Amino acid sequence: MTNTAVKTKEKAKGTQKGDPMLPRPFRVMGVRKELADTFTMELKPENGGAFFFKPGQFNMLYVFGVGEIPISISGDASKTSVLVHTTRSVGKVSSAINALKAGDTVGVRGPFGTDWPVAKEEGMDLLFVAGGVGLAPLRPAIYHAMNNRKKYGVVTVLCGARTPEDMLFMNEVKGWRARLDMEVRLTVDRATDCWKGCTGVVPKLITKGSFDPAKTAAFVCGPEIMMHFTAKALLENGLPPEKLYLSMERNMKCGVGLCGHCQWGADFVCKDGPVYSYDKIASALSIKEL
Amino acid sequence: MHKAQSKTAAVSTGAKVVLDEAGFAQLFKVLAKVGYETIGPRVRDGAVVYEEISSPNDLPIGVSDEQDGGHYRLVKGAPGAYFEYVVGPTSWKKYLFPPRQKLLDVARNGNGFKAETVVENDVPYAFIGVRPCELAAIRIQDKVFGYDPENKSAACADPGYCARRSKVLLVAVNCSRAAKTCFCESMGTGPQAKKDQGYDLLLTEILDKEKHFFVMESGSKRGSMVLDVLPKRKATDEDLRAEENALARARRQISKAMPPDVDKLLKKNLEHPRWEEVAKRCLTCANCTMACPTCFCNTVEEATDLTGDHAERWRLWDSCFSVDFSYIHGGAVRPGAFSRYRQWMTHKLSNWHDQFGTSGCVGCGRCITWCPVGIDITEEAKAIKYTSR
Repeated sequence: MTNTAVKTKEKAKGTQKGDPMLPRPFRVMGVRKELADTFTMELKPENGGAFFFKPGQFNMLYVFGVGEIPISISGDASKTSVLVHTTRSVGKVSSAINALKAGDTVGVRGPFGTDWPVAKEEGMDLLFVAGGVGLAPLRPAIYHAMNNRKKYGVVTVLCGARTPEDMLFMNEVKGWRARLDMEVRLTVDRATDCWKGCTGVVPKLITKGSFDPAKTAAFVCGPEIMMHFTAKALLENGLPPEKLYLSMERNMKCGVGLCGHCQWGADFVCKDGPVYSYDKIASALSIKEL
Repeated sequence: MHKAQSKTAAVSTGAKVVLDEAGFAQLFKVLAKVGYETIGPRVRDGAVVYEEISSPNDLPIGVSDEQDGGHYRLVKGAPGAYFEYVVGPTSWKKYLFPPRQKLLDVARNGNGFKAETVVENDVPYAFIGVRPCELAAIRIQDKVFGYDPENKSAACADPGYCARRSKVLLVAVNCSRAAKTCFCESMGTGPQAKKDQGYDLLLTEILDKEKHFFVMESGSKRGSMVLDVLPKRKATDEDLRAEENALARARRQISKAMPPDVDKLLKKNLEHPRWEEVAKRCLTCANCTMACPTCFCNTVEEATDLTGDHAERWRLWDSCFSVDFSYIHGGAVRPGAFSRYRQWMTHKLSNWHDQFGTSGCVGCGRCITWCPVGIDITEEAKAIKYTSR
């Protein structure tokens, strides 16, 4: 019996028409180990075609028979033939994702969610602040800034990690630091033997003079406690709340605003987020266990 | 569909007719003949639940109910009454949005897999005995799942729901009494069904010592086609007066009310001490979310067979009351009972407006009746209102 009442969606980027819960198979082309528990995989659609997304968006990644979880896209949005995801093993599905090898298949639904406002903030200085694996959802926006360098003013990247061994994309970050048109500063909570850089939590890197509050947009991503103190430091140093952007995380089972798990106040973080400007969420952030 | 047998014109929507007991029994036969699976109220395990029925004899005849916070009993009602009880623990969402639904079949294919959407070919349902509050609840879930046949560009969020919903025939019943836990009137959903509430057929049962009949009207083309072939007569003024009296009796019996503007009230009181207070009583058992006809939160689970070659994706009912519901790496966002109760109540009465344009509550009172400790959502709202920040 045909479902005449079911109207197909207008073309959604990267998703199958008709059933929002149907994953699209992607082949794993390669896997790179970044840290002890964090791996990056490069994916290509099984049935050909491209994958379009905006920096800051995420996909629901499906491992056959194991489960499906939301993972931010961590690659270059201008390279549409390859989809890149960086995943940290924290549970059953993420560990299964990190056990995939080249030649395996992973299911992709997406892209979902709001993006880092790289277009809206053209002309501004960009300040990227990353805590731990939070650098992965920021990386597409950093790539965008590097690929469109003339559209932005000063570009600064501040990265924090627990120890030097937990610093994500270290070699790549060293390359960014070597560029004359980007400023990169790193810090670790706890130094180990070879570390000669800063120690301390990443908000400590934010001081008066580390950015121009009159023309900066800040993109912040990391554990919620890190974003809380980073936001505090940025606002105390004069950053307007509407120029401060955070990427929020919540439990997601569907990614399309139907399962209800990601609700935060009246928002569905999968649709109304994950990227938010601080002025819109300041009061929600202050309410315990909202 | 069934061709009209009488020579008179098809019954237009809104025109009221009267069916006697035999005529009403004929409705069941017509629905079965056309191919509907008829679902309606029947007594099971001491409650009125919605299951398959095939004739008026399956209905809870002469049964009424006594409901209060954490209290539900079936009692003797007027002898011969078909619809004197009001809503029970289950709602029609059990059929339109089943507790367990297979979404996908996935087959291993070399190193890869092939996933397919499950297409359901269910027999269409006819629901007999849909109360006005339940009509409103179905409309609310329609918005949630994106079912909107009037709107060509509406995107259906759940193809399974939309398929089932598009085929269902709704035979609604106006209430002629109210339970202690009903508060439909203050939510604008009852005890009388409104014309635009989406029923195919609507009836009001009239029963007294001398007579037993049903004042019926159609609300749609599909409803008219069914009503056409049933033996009936035109409703007289006396019939309509009897209908009005029945509805007035229901209105008189409604004793609870949700305060108005509760959506704005709750937004201003997210840190009210009442949340901690209700948390001392709330068991976070999730009964309210299961009984509620509009709650839609669900989870998605994968299941494999023993060979590991086939997997299935299932959608299951879930509840914001579980700690697991909000779990992310690092812990649950809402570990406390206070925040989980707040989530349920503010979603239902406030956030739903922002998300879907209406309240999520229809005033059916199930959450009050089926709460083991008798928490009353209207009382909680009032408690916050009278001590609001």
